[in-house]
Amino acid sequence: MNDIMQSVNKTDDSLLIGGVNLLSRLFVGTGKFSSHEIVPRVLEASGTQVVTMALRRVDWKNPQENILNYLPQNTILLPNTSGARTAEEAVRIARLAQSAGCGNWVKIEVVQDQRYLLPDNWETIRATEQLAKEGFVVLPYMSPDLGAAKRLQDAGAAAIMPLGAPIGSNRGLQTKELIRILIEEISLPIIVDAGIGRPSEAAEAMEMGAAAVLVNTAIATAGDPVFMAQAFRLAVSAGRLGYLAGPGERRVAAEASSPLTGFLQEGN
Amino acid sequence: MFYEQITEWQQRLPESSWASFNGADVERVLVRETLRPQDLAILLSSAASSYLEPMAKKAQALTIRHFGRTISLFTPLYLANFCSNSCLYCSFHTGNDIVRCKLTVEQVIQEGEAISSTGLQHLLLLTGESRTQSGPAYMEECVRALRPMFASLGLEVYPLSTEEYRRLYEAGIDSVTLFQETYDEITYAKVHPAGPKRNYHNRLEAPDRACEAGISSVNIGALLGLSDWPRDAFYSALHADYLQRNYPGVEVSISVPRLRPYAGSFNSSATPVTDAGLLQIILAYRLFLPRAGLTLSTRESPQMRENLLSLGITRMSAGALTSVGGYSKTENVGSAQFEIADERPVPDVVRMIRAKGYLPNFCDWMNMRERNGVGQ
Repeated sequence: MNDIMQSVNKTDDSLLIGGVNLLSRLFVGTGKFSSHEIVPRVLEASGTQVVTMALRRVDWKNPQENILNYLPQNTILLPNTSGARTAEEAVRIARLAQSAGCGNWVKIEVVQDQRYLLPDNWETIRATEQLAKEGFVVLPYMSPDLGAAKRLQDAGAAAIMPLGAPIGSNRGLQTKELIRILIEEISLPIIVDAGIGRPSEAAEAMEMGAAAVLVNTAIATAGDPVFMAQAFRLAVSAGRLGYLAGPGERRVAAEASSPLTGFLQEGN
Repeated sequence: MFYEQITEWQQRLPESSWASFNGADVERVLVRETLRPQDLAILLSSAASSYLEPMAKKAQALTIRHFGRTISLFTPLYLANFCSNSCLYCSFHTGNDIVRCKLTVEQVIQEGEAISSTGLQHLLLLTGESRTQSGPAYMEECVRALRPMFASLGLEVYPLSTEEYRRLYEAGIDSVTLFQETYDEITYAKVHPAGPKRNYHNRLEAPDRACEAGISSVNIGALLGLSDWPRDAFYSALHADYLQRNYPGVEVSISVPRLRPYAGSFNSSATPVTDAGLLQIILAYRLFLPRAGLTLSTRESPQMRENLLSLGITRMSAGALTSVGGYSKTENVGSAQFEIADERPVPDVVRMIRAKGYLPNFCDWMNMRERNGVGQ
């Protein structure tokens, strides 16, 4: 037990993405908060190292309204391409983010469906291919589909970010089985993005073997976002520990220890 | 086209259906997760007027989930008020003796600078309907001049052709606002006695043309109080639903303008929209269209705006003037389109939003249009 606890807290369980060893497996989004002032406290409580923000919502003209001015210095910025409807628009946003000093990480978000905000995997693959070629650390947000995930891997993605449920729906891991397949079959880190509404769902994703989770709405719209950030931090660590510990097999009913083969132990 | 849906629902929901809805119907709708058009009608009927509190709770929770505690801000910029229409309810009515003018591109830039200095970055451009004074080419010039100053540019003008929308999109327009005013054809003909606006169908199909032209956001609505408001609200929301389904890449939003006093003497024969009626409309829109933007203008009083802010609204105008050249006080200021009820300057509106525990959002869009294909 102590060995596992230590490994979680030490760099040997760190998550390597884009050449950076991340100790926190909780990524946090900055949208939907009631004020910018609360964001630094939320980030601190979450223990996160990677923070995503929609580049289209960065207010460059008003320093007081610019979310970037509220993020701790050592944060890894993960600008996202929210608003993009095509690969071309996503590429343009990524380049703008880089030239504005947001670093070279980017979360590709290409959405052509405004009713459910579901990602367009085809456009996402095209944007990933181009941006990876340009040296970006590309984290594509996608609908969990094994074929698309393999293509994203081949296109040079640094991790794959399948959705658990539509953005902002707080519905939890509705796509669990498909995500499980991605975890099994894709060698890149699988980061569950969107849909996680409760800390217990984050723990569940981590227990399944997700490399990390990204949470925004569930924290931003909570009654107390700072407490909720802390709850997610603990849940992600607990889920990770559970995964590393290797849970016992789940059974539907109580079982005698050897009902069928017990006779073999009777000395005959 | 959407007109087919209007005629279909007129048959499916005759007067007797609207009158037959009762409290039990409303309660059934309130436990549904997704609403059908008949559910929307129930929420807009008189039966729902005693269920505003549970509707408000649900609408507030849905809005926070999808938009967070944020309010996006914009302001209108009137470019010209020449008009060849005779809308009975509008100050720009061709027969009204008002000061008419049109801004030069230099004046447009002055106005843009005055607005930009308040921190606002979403601008809505308006003109009266005059193809000779304020045609698409003039609009295009204004758009090109303003584009570098603003995060997003919207257009609220008369119906254009797909090609004209496409050209304006390429010049830098992100959104198109176009109100049908009323979906009731008889009232529509009555309040638009002359001018090109008489063409009901041309106006009804303009949002389709804007979507086909590549515009990424479309805002529609009825001028509430012009005709029977539950029906106009019903068809507005149904129209938004139709646009969302047919153009899934387009962000569709609805405005909730109520008739305002103006320079003229129009009295609508329809039942006026009370404050409770306006709230019922906003709540019904939100429950039927959980992800649609809902826009509230300065037509409403500061108190009303403050009260409605947390119940489904996602976008508000601030520091608005409806006169031509009003922001930078150009030499030739033209008359205003309608009276504004919330005259507070931008910082006061921002303070009000913050005091309600919401984040005023000056910028939630960016110009993604520059040509740079993948691989370039």
